[in-house]
Amino acid sequence: MIPLSWYLVLAALLFCIGLYGVLARKNAVAILMGVELMLNAVNINLVAFWRYFTPDLIAAHAFVVIVFAIAAAEVAVGLALIISIYRRRKTVAADEINLMKW
Amino acid sequence: MTAMQGVFLFTAGLILWAAFMMVTRQNLVHAAFYLILALFGVSIIFVLLDAGFLAVVQVLVYIGAISIIMIFAVMLTRGDVIEEAPVNKNFGWALLLAALFAFGLIILIGQWPAVASLAGEIDTSRDLAAELGVALVSPEGFVIPFEVASVLLLAALVGALMVARPQKKGK
Repeated sequence: MIPLSWYLVLAALLFCIGLYGVLARKNAVAILMGVELMLNAVNINLVAFWRYFTPDLIAAHAFVVIVFAIAAAEVAVGLALIISIYRRRKTVAADEINLMKW
Repeated sequence: MTAMQGVFLFTAGLILWAAFMMVTRQNLVHAAFYLILALFGVSIIFVLLDAGFLAVVQVLVYIGAISIIMIFAVMLTRGDVIEEAPVNKNFGWALLLAALFAFGLIILIGQWPAVASLAGEIDTSRDLAAELGVALVSPEGFVIPFEVASVLLLAALVGALMVARPQKKGK
């Protein structure tokens, strides 16, 4: 049998890889991909805690489905913004989109 | 080591390898394919945790929709970025922060005694998808979050259309 800690360590490492992707990548699309990895790590944690501690309740499934919906909404709006920026500035490098930086 | 543990270790290795390759690839189309591999591994993890419905939804929503939108965006915004270095100038700090975060999280997990617990028996004849469906629309369950998520999706749809629409001429 698999102890709970294996799932938690997997989710922690996946979250940190996603965090690195968000902070270090230059391309805005790659940053959104990193956010997807972080959301998936959270989902692994939610489902693992459901299976190990509260398998009789359905709340974890509802949370995960809502995380799916949020991820879809976030990707749709984020990519629309990136495409709009690309049309005007001809770049998707996050450090070149600095018009509103003080 | 049981067969379940073997499957878990293989899948975990696959997910972490694919995620690592995803954040280090210079070509974004390759990164998107590694993202699909990592998402598929997460759906295998859901199956290992007896959440078959979520595994199916993961494949449908993440691989079927989100990854495809990502690939579309990569193709629509192919610019000069691909030729340059994939990381920005802060990448050392990012690496340090991610490593510290991973280290701290693993230490915290190690200190918690409940992590050694094993999964109890689960009634496999339960129809989790039907239970979830009832819970999402019952007033004692999650009808308010469900409706809010619906409105959020509608707003995101309309907002994405408005933001990405080409500008009118003479504006």
